[in-house]
Amino acid sequence: MSKDIRINKGLNINLVGAAEQTTSKAILSNVYAINLEDFHGITPKMLVKQGAEVKAGEPLFYSKDNSEMLFVSPVSGELVEILRGARRKILTLKILADKTQEVLETSPVSADADAVEIRQAILKSGCWPFIKQRPYDCIADPNATPKAIFISAYVTAPLAAEISYSLVGKEKEIQSALTALSKLTPGKVHVSVGKGVPSMFDKMKDIEMHKVSGPHPAGLVGTQINKIDPINKGETVWTVTPQDLVIIGEFLLTGIFNADRTLALVGSSVKKPKYYVAKIGSEIATFLYASGVKEEKIRVINGDVLTGKRSKPDGHLGFYNNTVSIIPEGDDYEFFGWNKPVFDKISITRALTFSWLQPNKKYDLTTNTNGEHRAFVVTGMYEKVFPLDIYPMQLLKACMVKDLDEMEQLGLYEVIPEDFSLTEFVCISKQPHQQIIREGLDLLQKEIG
Amino acid sequence: MSDKKLTLKKRLHILKHRFRGKKMAPAFNAIHTFLFAPDETTHSGSHIRVADDLKRTMNTVIMALIPVLVFSFFNTGYQHYSAINGFPDNFSLVNDFLNWDNFWLGFIKVMPLVIVSYGVGLLIEFIFAVIKGHEVEEGYLVTGMLVPLIVPIDTPLWMLAVAVVFGVVIGKEVFGGTGMNILNPALTIRAFLFFAYPTWMSGDKVWVQGAVERAGTPDAISGETVLGYLAQNKGDEMAYTVSDMFFGFIPGSVGETSVLLILLGGLFLVFTKIASWRIMVSAVIGALVMGLIFNGVVEAGWIGQSSGFYGLMSFEFWKHLLVGGLAFGIVYMATDPVTGSQTNRGKWIYGFFIGFISVMIRVFNPAYPEGVFLAILLMNVFAPTIDHYVVRGNIRRRLNRLKNATVLPTNSGEEAKELKVETI
Repeated sequence: MSKDIRINKGLNINLVGAAEQTTSKAILSNVYAINLEDFHGITPKMLVKQGAEVKAGEPLFYSKDNSEMLFVSPVSGELVEILRGARRKILTLKILADKTQEVLETSPVSADADAVEIRQAILKSGCWPFIKQRPYDCIADPNATPKAIFISAYVTAPLAAEISYSLVGKEKEIQSALTALSKLTPGKVHVSVGKGVPSMFDKMKDIEMHKVSGPHPAGLVGTQINKIDPINKGETVWTVTPQDLVIIGEFLLTGIFNADRTLALVGSSVKKPKYYVAKIGSEIATFLYASGVKEEKIRVINGDVLTGKRSKPDGHLGFYNNTVSIIPEGDDYEFFGWNKPVFDKISITRALTFSWLQPNKKYDLTTNTNGEHRAFVVTGMYEKVFPLDIYPMQLLKACMVKDLDEMEQLGLYEVIPEDFSLTEFVCISKQPHQQIIREGLDLLQKEIG
Repeated sequence: MSDKKLTLKKRLHILKHRFRGKKMAPAFNAIHTFLFAPDETTHSGSHIRVADDLKRTMNTVIMALIPVLVFSFFNTGYQHYSAINGFPDNFSLVNDFLNWDNFWLGFIKVMPLVIVSYGVGLLIEFIFAVIKGHEVEEGYLVTGMLVPLIVPIDTPLWMLAVAVVFGVVIGKEVFGGTGMNILNPALTIRAFLFFAYPTWMSGDKVWVQGAVERAGTPDAISGETVLGYLAQNKGDEMAYTVSDMFFGFIPGSVGETSVLLILLGGLFLVFTKIASWRIMVSAVIGALVMGLIFNGVVEAGWIGQSSGFYGLMSFEFWKHLLVGGLAFGIVYMATDPVTGSQTNRGKWIYGFFIGFISVMIRVFNPAYPEGVFLAILLMNVFAPTIDHYVVRGNIRRRLNRLKNATVLPTNSGEEAKELKVETI
């Protein structure tokens, strides 16, 4: 059974530098890294010491809040460095890879395992962090019972990896992960796919299918949750991305944690944007320079241009990312940039901006903010690109003034920062929406959660 | 040429870093960002941003005001010379209106108002930015243009300067600057003038350039506004036709007279998606509804010709849109996003009441037959309340959803239970 969801509000951002559908294997990195920044709110407790040898899939640390939740190494090698920041907070773990990889093998999880067994197995395998929860946008609490699990297989984010291409041939793994997840919730596993295009999910079992159409953010799982079964206060839902289902599924079938990903290297600064196979934690330079870069000053982004994390060419592929975007830095002045007609940038107004004349043109945008940070002035702009049944500006303001009641009433527990990526993009006052929502969620979790 | 630009760019860049952290940095940055869009890049969240910023937004509104300003030059001269020589018999647009004499008189009378408004207002903005250490905000770019267009032509410059100081400081800066103010600063300035210097703001001597200084002399001239005639039940003596009102060849505040150009400005603002069409449309509806009610009262015979309100109440309802500052207020002032309603549904209610109350005050105000600025200021105060109830609707919907949901226990093993909802 499938249901249709039509999103009208939103904006598709057409950028130069979409990945060509060919895949290469990235050269192997010498050093792999796990950035703790990827696991928001997790305080790591180390299980191995610096200098220790680990196998691929062997645990490196666990969460202070839940000792069962293990985080494993993507490769076998020596833990060469534990990078610490202020107050000795662990920032990054670096592993020097072995020439011949050793893999920790455990027994596969049988197809008729029950919820408790599945939960234990996934926790132990290091796959649990792939399951995220709302409210609070953090790794799912294993003791919670989610109302439902949501998976978005409809990609609308600018230049993001095409699931239909990058996950082809992984149907078996995905199905086994879906079946296992469906046992962890009394509700349904909702999978959303694009309407009118055949999808690998069409024939899968144990799921509820939804056909989504419309512009970005129709592909964000938050939009789909809001339309399918919005989160109420006190409820928890889990979300998993399709690329992470592959890793979970492969573990369930084989007992091996395989950190390989097919990722899209995209963006206008890349000479040959295409797909690469690389392990989580690989150095970005290992595939970046294989494709070549056009400019000297580039922004390397772990993820898509709207929600990704800033990185560097010698940075490492993030735990959750299957897209790496490279765009030019825009740290240059523009003579009378505020009043001259603009043809080469995107806008949702027509204030001497002419992107409305060419809706299908592909743009080469830089990281320039095109203006300075200001207080909220213009109204009604966010609503045009925000399809959720939430008042975006009012919620942002509630977060800024730390009004907990208002934050809760206006639906903060339904959203995560990425839901505000498009409002942030169109913001004329250049306010940091995602950061405001993140801080609001952290506060709400601390005070109420 | 490009070499020279590069050096200017570089030189300013070096200066910017020299000013960084200094007291005068905001003042320097204001001028710098006026010349060059800054080299700032995204540092959190979305890595790319739209082309628009607040400067561009404000600039678009100013562009929509330029035709009105230019028209005001000609009309100032036209009203002045017509008051002296009488209105031309066979009015010809090119010969009688768009001539050099009219333009020049208007230019030398209106431009000082514009210069004083911008000079004083921006100076205060700069001072506050330097004291508070924040960037100079763009809000005054529009306010500074609106102010000269909504005052009588002979308003003394010192008076305007005092009013601008009051409006910017009390109307805006004490609340925290652009984006934080409750009342529209331009209208606060207008209201200050109206209440502080009422003799300069109403009567039949202020709407025509030169009338005040010639009062009492043999050369005395006067010019009453359409609303002025009506308020005195002298509608019959009025020589203005409907097309005069629509095109704007009538006395009134500097820039409010030409409904045609205001309409074009409004369409431009709606097309560029800068101003809210919801507010404009609902305000027009509100004004028409109130006008119809008054017309109905007259038709029903509840009010006789002897009544002081007869002239304005019997004025055909749709003509209210053509006279006074209603059109100007609806297009340029009611649509101010900071002081108006912020929710789309709220904008309908907010706009409707602006039109409705404007016509009501216009008819019932014994001292001054115009009410747009008061109506907008009043609705500015109520806008947060309107939004509050609109947003409450969303909150209530969320609570109802929760009431009907079976909330699962957060810990496995527990029984599912109905969650009690506190009502607000």
